[in-house]
Amino acid sequence: MASYKTNEFKSGLKIILDGDPYTIVENEFVKPGKGQAFNRVKVRNLKTGRVVEKTYKSGDSVEAADVHETDLQYLYKDGELWHFMDTESYEQLGADANAVGDAAKWLKEQDMCKVTLWNGAPLSVEPPNFVVLTITETDPGLRGDTATGGTKPALLQTGAVVNVPLFLEQGEAIRVDTRSGQYLSRAKEE
Amino acid sequence: MSHNWRPHANLAALQARARLLKGLRAFFAERGVLEVETPILSAAGNPDPAVEPLHLDADLTGSGSRRWYLQTSPEFPMKRLLAACGQPIYQVCKVFRADERGRRHHPEFSMLEWYRPGFALDQLMDEVALLVRRLSVSDPVAEERIAYLDLFRDRLGVDPWTASLPELRAVAAARGIAGALELERDGWLDLLLSHCLEPDLGRGLLSFVYDYPPSQAALARIWPSERPVARRFELYWQGMELANGFDELADADEQRRRFQADLAGRSECGREPVALDQHLLGALDHGLPACAGVALGLDRLLLCLLDAEHIDQVLAFPVERA
Repeated sequence: MASYKTNEFKSGLKIILDGDPYTIVENEFVKPGKGQAFNRVKVRNLKTGRVVEKTYKSGDSVEAADVHETDLQYLYKDGELWHFMDTESYEQLGADANAVGDAAKWLKEQDMCKVTLWNGAPLSVEPPNFVVLTITETDPGLRGDTATGGTKPALLQTGAVVNVPLFLEQGEAIRVDTRSGQYLSRAKEE
Repeated sequence: MSHNWRPHANLAALQARARLLKGLRAFFAERGVLEVETPILSAAGNPDPAVEPLHLDADLTGSGSRRWYLQTSPEFPMKRLLAACGQPIYQVCKVFRADERGRRHHPEFSMLEWYRPGFALDQLMDEVALLVRRLSVSDPVAEERIAYLDLFRDRLGVDPWTASLPELRAVAAARGIAGALELERDGWLDLLLSHCLEPDLGRGLLSFVYDYPPSQAALARIWPSERPVARRFELYWQGMELANGFDELADADEQRRRFQADLAGRSECGREPVALDQHLLGALDHGLPACAGVALGLDRLLLCLLDAEHIDQVLAFPVERA
């Protein structure tokens, strides 16, 4: 089984702790004047996002987590799973609600997503930074009102709700930044 | 394009280092302490299991290739000089330690080490404080001296001599540190000192911690009493260990026993054995004057003087750019 020695610790390294995959956020080498050296680390649980502190004896080994990121295309959702495909190998993978989390409301069929895999199974899903989505429900548009800067909520085809300018209509496509959840501009229908 | 050819320290840090060296040389010249140089490469190593020496294999004497150790401290050859000459000496040199890299650690660092024949440990602490005050002209600092026992008792509520392992683990656990660690007694004490006590030591003043548990004597004399103590001290400033001082062990037989114990310790934790310094043992057999000695990390002192956070800020070329 792959492992890392404490002198390989650095932020971003993926390790197993109590059976869960973690990423190292911060690593500090601590040593008294004479005596035992330690590595004091802050690690984030990749399943829950929780950050905890942990101390290792320097020289100890820690099991490596087989965690890596890959770009996969979102295909469709069935009962419990969101299905993704590797566009080169055509291999398909199902991600559950834990892995998809908040990304679910941005997932549009055919979009490419960053999927973090642990032992080959999806651990988390990151939607594209920018998505084009259609407004499925919003109050009728106020024609010509492009100046007041007022906004109204709009429900998008994927289930997300974003604030959009008053002049937008149901059925129009818009560009949204998924990191902030902010409306950016009108978009051409794809 | 890569900028890694550039120095990491800025000009102010380079100037501060030059001022520091000039200041300490003037300090020791005034006091009649002789500056010496000893070899960086030695045929013998430091067997301390907590220190890993770097080494190289080369034929330097024309009698075949052999292993040479880069010094982890100039202590052994300086003690040989003391045994031969008996006068106060100091040295500024680079020392090397494998596997030590971090915000306050660099595998190659600058050490100031000096020895005072006839000094008691208190006198040496006085002199360390004087030197640090002299070098930090703009920032005269107050001072405290606290026994290791009192430090643990007062600040952690535990007696480091008598507490059981589960008690020590519980103190660490109460501060969210213990986890699944498996440590020996001194390991727990080191953990508590480095994680729970050191960060608060020497905040705005010089903190000397003295009289350590005998199991942590290193090369210090052990004072036999009801509660035996190792006669050594550490200086902390701004939450950081700066110096380590000893009432130096002069007993050759005791030195041999500690060397053997260190070698056993190395093999226990799977570290390679190192060649023992027979010359040091020869010097102790001849007779080392009663003396106190101290090693002070100059890079860390610079961190304190410059109010800097990372050792790389005071190094021209950290190892990643070396």
